[in-house]
Amino acid sequence: MASPSDSLHAAIAVTRFGLGARPGELAAVARDPRGWLLDQIRAGGADQPQAAPESAAKRLQDFRVYRMDRREARRAEAGETPPDRDPVRIAARMIREGPAVDFLARARLAATTAAGFRERWALFWANHFTVSGVKLVTATVAGPFEQEAIRPHVFGRFADLLTSATMHPGMLLYLDQAQSAGPDSQAAQVLKRPPRAAERIGLGGGLNENLAREILELHTVGVAAGYSQADVTELARALTGWSIGGPREAEDRQGRFVFRPATHQPGARTVMGRIYADDGALQAGAILKDLAAHPATARHLAHKIARHFTADDPSPALVGRLEAAWTGSGGDLAVVARALVEAPEAWQPAPAKFKTPYEFLVSSWRAIGGQPAAIEHLAPPLTALGQRPFSPPSPKGWDDLAPTWAAPDAVVKRLAWAQQFSAAVAGELDTDAVASGALGARLSPAVRTAIARAESREEALSILLMSPEFQRR
Amino acid sequence: MTRTDLNRRRLLAAGGALGLSVGFMGGPALARDRGRRKLVVVLARGAMDGLSATPPVGDPDYAGLRGRIAIPADRALKLDDTFALHPALAHVHALALRGQARIAPATASPDRARSHFEAQDVLESGAAVVYGTASGFLNRALAAMPGGRGDGLSVGATAPLILRGPVQTASWSPGAAGEGSPRLPAILADLYAGDPLLGPALARGLQTEAMAEAAMQGVAAPLAGATGGGVQGLVRQGQGVARGIGQTVAGFMRQTAGPDIVSISVDGWDTHANQGAVEGQLANRLLYLDALLAGLHEGLGDAWADTVVVVATEFGRTARINGTGGTDHGTGSTAFVLGGALKPGGIIGDWPTLRPAALFEGRDTRPTLDVRGLFKGVLRDHMGVDRAALDRDVFPDSAGVAPVGGLV
Repeated sequence: MASPSDSLHAAIAVTRFGLGARPGELAAVARDPRGWLLDQIRAGGADQPQAAPESAAKRLQDFRVYRMDRREARRAEAGETPPDRDPVRIAARMIREGPAVDFLARARLAATTAAGFRERWALFWANHFTVSGVKLVTATVAGPFEQEAIRPHVFGRFADLLTSATMHPGMLLYLDQAQSAGPDSQAAQVLKRPPRAAERIGLGGGLNENLAREILELHTVGVAAGYSQADVTELARALTGWSIGGPREAEDRQGRFVFRPATHQPGARTVMGRIYADDGALQAGAILKDLAAHPATARHLAHKIARHFTADDPSPALVGRLEAAWTGSGGDLAVVARALVEAPEAWQPAPAKFKTPYEFLVSSWRAIGGQPAAIEHLAPPLTALGQRPFSPPSPKGWDDLAPTWAAPDAVVKRLAWAQQFSAAVAGELDTDAVASGALGARLSPAVRTAIARAESREEALSILLMSPEFQRR
Repeated sequence: MTRTDLNRRRLLAAGGALGLSVGFMGGPALARDRGRRKLVVVLARGAMDGLSATPPVGDPDYAGLRGRIAIPADRALKLDDTFALHPALAHVHALALRGQARIAPATASPDRARSHFEAQDVLESGAAVVYGTASGFLNRALAAMPGGRGDGLSVGATAPLILRGPVQTASWSPGAAGEGSPRLPAILADLYAGDPLLGPALARGLQTEAMAEAAMQGVAAPLAGATGGGVQGLVRQGQGVARGIGQTVAGFMRQTAGPDIVSISVDGWDTHANQGAVEGQLANRLLYLDALLAGLHEGLGDAWADTVVVVATEFGRTARINGTGGTDHGTGSTAFVLGGALKPGGIIGDWPTLRPAALFEGRDTRPTLDVRGLFKGVLRDHMGVDRAALDRDVFPDSAGVAPVGGLV
């Protein structure tokens, strides 16, 4: 029999570090809550939602075919093909279905995994390196990006995760890197000669600083590190040439990272006071390595991790511990994850984090021991609650603060969803047992009583899902 | 404004909660006047390109800097010898011709970091420095309104910083909340009694839900089926949605217990690549914005005469076209001020020109107007917030930033 403190620790381990308890999980974890968390940290990285997913390269090739078809269909006379036979419509539907398959698989993994901490850790890093599906082309690769660039590296070195995320075609497209070219590169010189040739063949022939800025501001040192506009421009110049293989290139380059020496800005670059010799593709790689190792990156990420896992305004002691673990290990994310689990500040009994809509839905399925069966169970409610699948509003990713998610309208819509969900699933459930199984020692007497007094199972389950303690972690 | 006035407002609120009709309660016109003036703030998130939204087509350097993304003078909607509106902004242009829309073409917040997130924080918090305060300036403006606290409404599924703070505001987003057990709200209200986050949010949300039904009366549903396929179909569909949102927000504002200040966010302005000119990515966002403003204007009816709408963005974009047919993060951008309460006039603030020497750090539109001054002018002259409160509470440490006078 677990002691009262073990029961509370189990509830914290499973709800705060993990994604919520499935029936029976709290009792099993209560034997050793810390050990349960530490065992989820593994060199191989996070779990993969799909065993044999479509690759980003395949999706990008399909997307290019679709775009060519669309152009041809526009040229041809319209109205001859019935809409249900229109190849362009069929392709467009396929492109929509890919992301739906990806997202459903990811939510089903979250709803069923026995390693909830590992999955939360992966979701944190996927959000840190946001590739949002707000553009049609990036919508097709947001899922593959997570599988290929993020999940394998979440317990490895941060430098490797940064490099893999930055080089992935998803990121190169989302932050407009793929077309960026050095103003003095060979390609730009050639394109400039006959006026407006660049325009005719659809190439910009110039610099785009979007990715460079977000690497500095969001992915590594953070805006407080005091870099300048010149640093942004210099990093953007170093990154020129990092691109994606096009349809006329060799099969093994299509839709994959390629380095184009012809668009690379020649010369040495200076970023945050360090000089980098021109080394082709390796020049930007060397800068990324130094940015990953920069003390400001350790500080920035320690704070962000502490805020995500414990409180909107996290304890400075916890931030300090994580920063020390980061610095001491050279950015080994497994060491940082262990430091988080072992930090006493992370185990404060009061749940301080308000669940995001995704966390709320996933933990609801976990509470009843179920999982979503179709994208229709996910996309409409998540969109209504402000978290449309794979579509964070900006490169900063989903917000991590309670006031953002607890808007009055959102709380009413959570209630509406809880009622629909309960009506669909409450059936024969023993709702008292569901409540204990989901919250364990965190279930308050007031909520327990309200659930016991409910006039139907649907009402009881809605009360549980909307209770202050279930809305938080 | 007097204390009686404040008490009357509370009484009105209590009447609303009890389901009493306000007409039944009668009373002097003063109370009606108190809640009559309205402010809508539209935030264009992602850095709206002012040089495309309100192109200075008469500036001799404009076409050269902009290359193929320049808005041709013969396609732009003319405002004066220098400025025009993007052709997508037809409704705004019609208002401008009637003196009910003006532009502030070289505006910026005090932030200069060219980071979206830092700049949005500064714009919305109203602080002079980043992360200077955790509440939004519109929330503090509500607290400082004459005759007691005003009411605020944000549109969208998440709560924007600009309206966050001690004054509990409402939020609304399209999509029905649905029918459910009538007992649940009361049960949850009990369970949330000691919960500072969920208690006020649920109470306010349920109240707003009731208002939404009235607000949406007469709003035509967007005719999604009738728009045809492809990108242009989606754009037209988006315009229909935007117009419906504008009309619904107007429906909230027209109600007796309706909000004094509304904030709406429109995102998608971060046009680093292929932003287009007369048509394209940016034009589509401007069509959406124009439809939203048209919906507000139409929906407000007579109340338009008492309304001011400000459209602002966190910063502008580079004056030069970049290497990928877009523009990168810049500094000064444009702001719009619209409404029936507006006094006619030319551009707000000075135009620094696009001469090479005039560009900020050699690359951006040089800001000549602090956006806080613009908001201060509107909050003082239209909403009646006093200068001392503006300088100290609404925009901390901003005594040096003068309100822009003469807008209303």
